[in-house]
Amino acid sequence: MHLLAPETSKDRSFWTEAPDGAAVHKFSPDQSSTQPSPTALLALAPSMDHLDALEAQSIYIFREAFARLKKLALLWSLGKDSNVMIWLARKAFFGHMPFPALHVDTGKKFPEMYAFRDRYGKEWQLDLRIEPCPPLETIDPTLPPAARSAARKTEGLKLALAKYGFDGLVAGIRRDEEATRAKERVFSPRGTEGGWDVRDQPPEFWDQFNASPPPGAHLRIHPILHWTEADIWAYTKRENIPIIPLYLANGGKRYRSLGDRDITNPVVSNAASIEEILIELDGTKVPERSGRALDHETEDAFERLRVAGYL
Amino acid sequence: MLVPTSISATPNGTTRPQVRIVIVGHVDHGKSTLVGRLLHETGSLPEGKLEMLKAVSARRGMPFEWSFLLDALQTERDQGITIDTTQIRFRTGSRDIVLIDAPGHAEFLRNMITGASQADGALLIIDALEGVRDQTRRHGYLLHLLGVKQVAVVVNKMDRVDFSAARFAAISQEISAHLTALGVTPSAAIPISARDGDGVAERTPRIAWYHGATVVEALDALEPARPLEQLALRLPVQAIYKFDDRRILAGRIESGHLAAGDQIVVMPAGKVAKIKSVEGWPVTPINGSQTAGRSVGITLDRELFVERGDIVAHVGTSPRDTRRIRARIFWLHDKPLTTGASILIRLGTRETRAVVVAIKKAIDPGELSSVETTSIARNHVGEIDISLAQAVAADPYGDNPRTGRLVIEVNGRIAGGGLVLSVDAGQRAIPVDIVPVESALRPDERSARYRHHGAVVWLTGLPGSGKSTLARALERRLFGNGGSPVLLDGDTLRAGLNSDLGFSAADRSENIRRSM
Repeated sequence: MHLLAPETSKDRSFWTEAPDGAAVHKFSPDQSSTQPSPTALLALAPSMDHLDALEAQSIYIFREAFARLKKLALLWSLGKDSNVMIWLARKAFFGHMPFPALHVDTGKKFPEMYAFRDRYGKEWQLDLRIEPCPPLETIDPTLPPAARSAARKTEGLKLALAKYGFDGLVAGIRRDEEATRAKERVFSPRGTEGGWDVRDQPPEFWDQFNASPPPGAHLRIHPILHWTEADIWAYTKRENIPIIPLYLANGGKRYRSLGDRDITNPVVSNAASIEEILIELDGTKVPERSGRALDHETEDAFERLRVAGYL
Repeated sequence: MLVPTSISATPNGTTRPQVRIVIVGHVDHGKSTLVGRLLHETGSLPEGKLEMLKAVSARRGMPFEWSFLLDALQTERDQGITIDTTQIRFRTGSRDIVLIDAPGHAEFLRNMITGASQADGALLIIDALEGVRDQTRRHGYLLHLLGVKQVAVVVNKMDRVDFSAARFAAISQEISAHLTALGVTPSAAIPISARDGDGVAERTPRIAWYHGATVVEALDALEPARPLEQLALRLPVQAIYKFDDRRILAGRIESGHLAAGDQIVVMPAGKVAKIKSVEGWPVTPINGSQTAGRSVGITLDRELFVERGDIVAHVGTSPRDTRRIRARIFWLHDKPLTTGASILIRLGTRETRAVVVAIKKAIDPGELSSVETTSIARNHVGEIDISLAQAVAADPYGDNPRTGRLVIEVNGRIAGGGLVLSVDAGQRAIPVDIVPVESALRPDERSARYRHHGAVVWLTGLPGSGKSTLARALERRLFGNGGSPVLLDGDTLRAGLNSDLGFSAADRSENIRRSM
């Protein structure tokens, strides 16, 4: 049964409801009576659970990046993934984040996001650098609207890189987000123009990373590349990491990811707590996976396998 | 499929040993069919998966084949991100089996040798009709090369030879002889029909003459590798942090476990201390034992000079310190690796310059035979001796898979990787707090300044044979030619540095040691 379904359900048990109405939610540690006795937990749990393993790996990556690069910054988008990243960095460095958090600001975020940034930038004692993006008028007008908007961020990032001379940027992308990200390395070299050459990536294995960007280039560091959306939420819940309330359902809708106001749409959802988000994700994930195995792409894939001379 | 830990919990609260296997053999001898059948027979398929695949086959007007199951899992491995992502899991009576798999030959070899995919056991599959082929023999050689000790031979497609006991005996004798000559003794030879299921999970009437283990039983009998937490403690130091008044050694426990109060030794220097505390955030200190896989921070009971790359171990079970390593490597760089090449070695968190002093073997995975050569080409495999510029702490791979592997960097880019086969242990017997300081100057800088290389000329001979006279003349001549000679005369040393020594055998020996 475990062939296609990694057992993550054990990380998703025993949660309480989130308190409602606060601008920023914090979750208290669970004292629910449904929790099994400590001895039962011990008998069931191996020395590390799934989230422990993810966390340990991310901490390892953070420490490698900090040891091997001269000038790091963390890209803080204010979203759930980058908040988990900051949390992991503070774990890695025992409560400190010894490099700046860089917010490349389009100026079009939701008010709740700015409120979150201002509060936790202080509370977490971040060295926060807010860098504006160039106005839309300066961006290639032939681009379609969403791409043109995204291009503003890319330009803003380039300006910030030039301004501070960072040689490493920590980014919160995940392999499960989209196909191209699946091919990413943990330490991913970028050209002088910030470009990514997917066909000429250096080998990366055994947690040994290529950390020598050529002159003028920088590295992207991806400490949560191996996490899934569900992992992010389960960990956020377990660690009581604050979130922006827009992620939770309000009037039958919630935001699954947060970006600029004008190009981000909520999804239909009644998930008003992280627990409910996890249940929702679980419900949508299973058919997605089993469906993939039978769809047209799969039939092509196994023909390719044969052509490649499967051993 | 990613396998996060080496132990998986089961509902009854026990842990099942995990065994990693490979299935090798000629490309057409039925590996995929056997895997599909094994997944089914061990109840490892999700509910309805088989029926769905059968329905798809029917819709496409083609007969169902067991190999479709494996193919359907291809989406899982399409990512092709890192070397160790292609794994399929199933269960036998008492084992979790992880089948290591790869789409192509070169990738397969690389997967097997990277250790992340190191196999505990192997099934060697042979078509009963075709018998032992060249590729079968090569794969036998591969198993030998990779040190896979537990091998079961599976003679497939017995239905094509009418389940002939004689045919089975002939094939199993031939392959057994071949494997035994390579030092690999097969634990079983099993007649099967992967398509029909004979011999996979049960001894069917058609193979009534066979009384040995089924494939599932053979897999169930495989000895698992020891879990990392049961090995000796290895904590490669990633960094030393002083964000506040604590001085924290940070790193990930690669094997074993640690707790506050443990007596530790920092290798390769051999300095000893006690763990004062295990630090964490937001809760600190952390009580109890921390096991392999955890990223931790520790403080020590005394101020030691510790740096990134050192390995923290328990006293008595520490890794060896060495400047010379023999490794089995795979090479990924366009330019072949040659004897004398200057490389950078990363072992754990240590990085050090190194020189390839010898290439012992070079193997083309396409041929799977050793070739006489002084270089290892891209995607080839070899065994090399490496001389390290500084001492490192390392283990042979067989003792510890984590601190027994290394990567090779060329021009700031990972160019190969390998397993440590053996280390030449250092001379140190007692841990001491001594840190030799390397010169700030490189030999080539000195050579450039003096305009000649360094050399030692040792004149030996009986007393009174004219050594000192000759030496003084030589010194004068060299100096006159623009050199910078220094004369070390035996009697001069005896009058100064070695004045405490007499002429006993031990003192003479010490006199020579100091002079050298």
